[in-house]
Amino acid sequence: MSAPIVKLVAQRIALGILLLLAVSVLIFAGTQILPGDVAQAILGQSATPESLANLREQLGLNDPAYIRYFRWLGGVLTGDLGTAMSSGQDIATSIKERLWNTLFLAFWAAIVAIPLAITLGLIAVRYRNGWVDKLISGVALASTSFPEFFIGYLLVFYFAVQHQWFPAISTVYDGMSFGERLQAIALPAAALTLVVLAHMMRMTRAAILNVMQSAYVETAELKGLSASAVIRKHALPNAIAPIINVVMLNLAYLVVGVVVVEVIFVYPGMGQYLVDHVTKRDVPVVQAVGLIFAAVYITLNIIADIAAIVANPRLRHPK
Amino acid sequence: MADTKAKPGVLLDIRNLRIEATVYPPGEAPKTITLVHDVSLTLEKGKVLGLIGESGAGKSTIGLSSMGYGRGGVRITGGEVILNGRDILKGGKEGFRKLRGREVCYVAQSAAAAFNPAHRLMDQVVEATLLHGTATRAEAEKRAVALFKKLSLPNPETIGERFPHQVSGGQLQRVMTAMALCSEPDLIVFDEPTTALDVTTQIDVLAAIKDAIRDTHVAALYITHDLAVVAQVSDEIMVLRHGRLVEWGGTRQIIKEPRQEYTNALVSVHEIEHQEQQPDTAPMLSVKNVTAAYGGGHVKVLKNVSVDIYPGQTLAVVGESGSGKSTLARAITGLLPPEQGSVVFDGRALGNRLSDRPKEDLRQLQMIYQMADVAMNPRQTVGTIIGRPLEFYFGMKGRERDKRVAELLDEIEMGKGFLDRYPAELSGGQKQRVCIARSLAAKPKLIICDEVTSALDPLVAHGILKLLLDLQQVEKVAYLFITHDLATVKSIADSIAVMYRGEVVRYGSKSKVLAPPFDAYTDLLLSSVPEMEIGWLEKAIKGRRMESAGN
Repeated sequence: MSAPIVKLVAQRIALGILLLLAVSVLIFAGTQILPGDVAQAILGQSATPESLANLREQLGLNDPAYIRYFRWLGGVLTGDLGTAMSSGQDIATSIKERLWNTLFLAFWAAIVAIPLAITLGLIAVRYRNGWVDKLISGVALASTSFPEFFIGYLLVFYFAVQHQWFPAISTVYDGMSFGERLQAIALPAAALTLVVLAHMMRMTRAAILNVMQSAYVETAELKGLSASAVIRKHALPNAIAPIINVVMLNLAYLVVGVVVVEVIFVYPGMGQYLVDHVTKRDVPVVQAVGLIFAAVYITLNIIADIAAIVANPRLRHPK
Repeated sequence: MADTKAKPGVLLDIRNLRIEATVYPPGEAPKTITLVHDVSLTLEKGKVLGLIGESGAGKSTIGLSSMGYGRGGVRITGGEVILNGRDILKGGKEGFRKLRGREVCYVAQSAAAAFNPAHRLMDQVVEATLLHGTATRAEAEKRAVALFKKLSLPNPETIGERFPHQVSGGQLQRVMTAMALCSEPDLIVFDEPTTALDVTTQIDVLAAIKDAIRDTHVAALYITHDLAVVAQVSDEIMVLRHGRLVEWGGTRQIIKEPRQEYTNALVSVHEIEHQEQQPDTAPMLSVKNVTAAYGGGHVKVLKNVSVDIYPGQTLAVVGESGSGKSTLARAITGLLPPEQGSVVFDGRALGNRLSDRPKEDLRQLQMIYQMADVAMNPRQTVGTIIGRPLEFYFGMKGRERDKRVAELLDEIEMGKGFLDRYPAELSGGQKQRVCIARSLAAKPKLIICDEVTSALDPLVAHGILKLLLDLQQVEKVAYLFITHDLATVKSIADSIAVMYRGEVVRYGSKSKVLAPPFDAYTDLLLSSVPEMEIGWLEKAIKGRRMESAGN
């Protein structure tokens, strides 16, 4: 690793941290603008002006906003996300398991979707403008255009109701074996795969086609390389940066955008958790989940940036 | 078909080659055009045939047909290409793949673009050899290193570990020649291999290619538009125009006794008569001790540069790429604010930054670029493009504007018929003329011409230079003419500044700068310009060796 690349990577990471702080301010400010406060929410019907004042004093709600922000931030940094108002449970503990479930589902969807999308993209370029290309593009676009819930129910109908290969409801619990877990998430993972496939496939195809105009691709063809070898060895390495970017965007979607699919399959992930607590107006939970989603999003984008920097031979091997 | 059997000693025999392409003109039905009309040629083993002509002559298309390759939608629709005794057009895709990179190799115009930026040089150099299984990796690498040595590349043992961006353009061109030679082919197609290089670099690469051809006994098709270059390396020369054969003969015959009028036009030297004007008044624009840098002061590209431009006269700035010519233009126009020094125009200092300059100052300095087609909005008509400065600087509208546009079109020797045309419908020379008209529309006192003829064919470039000189007479406009081409400088300059690594190494009136005694760099520059004379290359190289030996 050389000096300029280390500097660029450090810059990206610092920028990401700064961005995350800004997002935390926004989330905190957003919840402050809402009418009512935690004291009111906790006491509910039984609130008297005295008890409200007492509780506010106790919770430190009378302090200026910035002090409360830093108190909250300090808690977040030490792993204390606060207590859920609706259930009185520690948020960090309830989130841990659900975050793990969400990441598990996202991971398996990604393991299938990313290689599949890139391979399909490569095949589409190899047979560009032919019927294979059109078929791949058509099917991928169709699967993206259908709403997620439609795909979800379609999968349930065929694979759970008609053939009963997979469960219609993806319940997971402690003590489940790894195989059982995989079987439980097969259908939601398939639905997610179908949703993100087309975006990555089309981007792969476009990025590689862009590179196919280059003089070095002609050089490779004039060496006698086969069409697929030209695409794989000479075009793909130079198209990798935009592909990584779109892959990371879709990975982020797999984590933070799975609400609908989780609800359909009743999967105990972050999305379900968020939806539940939004309806209950449980502000501390919404804050915590929002911050985690933002962190995931920013982290994945930093990884995409860094990967794109590292993929550039000019930065990796300076003069 | 009994004739298909090759004559002994003949490597490549192209018979009645016809190449077509489908074009899609905007707003019209697609049509088929013929790029090459029944061209025949033969090439013996170990010989070099030069293919020469303007762009669109079909040189590259014919060269690539020897590998069964057509760029874009180009198709070989007739004739035979007999290589090593068989018609390769009958071999199909598999057949083409087997001969490419093994029997025939290709050296592209811009090696910088033709190497894959993602892979190390050695991997690319031995790729074809390994693909066709003619040697093991160790053998191929050994061969490559020997070739790097032969082509006098620095650090031949380790240069293969580098990536393309870590090696200079001239070196890359030699590495590409080594790549072609590595699989020990029978034929190499050189497609303008030195056109993108500086003259001082071109001569070394040319000599390296010539030696390599001689020592390996490989045959070559050498494609170029520069007759002086091809005369140095070819045994025979074929002149092409519009996809048709004009003349084919020995190198000496073509350059000494051309039989066709067109060949004669290419061969004869196009001196433009231009009386040198003396700086008799105060300078109109003075660059005073300008130092400029990129990257926040890290890379100094101009060091203490001072030049003067006089009203109605031409200052030519010459030098190789990276010498700071274009940066000087950027500093004058305010695109790159100088760190030190100033630009004085009409007796007052101009604002350093573009944003500090009033519209009137912007109007007085106009620019014309090397790439005319990217300097124009492809979605605007010629009338709109030329009319825009009239609206912007003078507020002209409607009929008044149209009248002025028509006058300007007249001045650049293009009729009113071009008003509604789009840039894509114009030839390279016409596009550059439109750019000239656009800059004239602002009625500037100075036009900065940045390599304006470099991308044009010699005869077209000649026309553009003549037009610029005529316009100078009429409009009394001054030119700052940036070029690497010394022949151009001789034709049009009144004074010359020679730049090298950001400094002006020689500056004065044309007659003074081009008269001995020369400084070392100017001498190198002048002696590197190819002359249309057999044996010039050897003489020039010998002259250099003598010099470096201290004689």
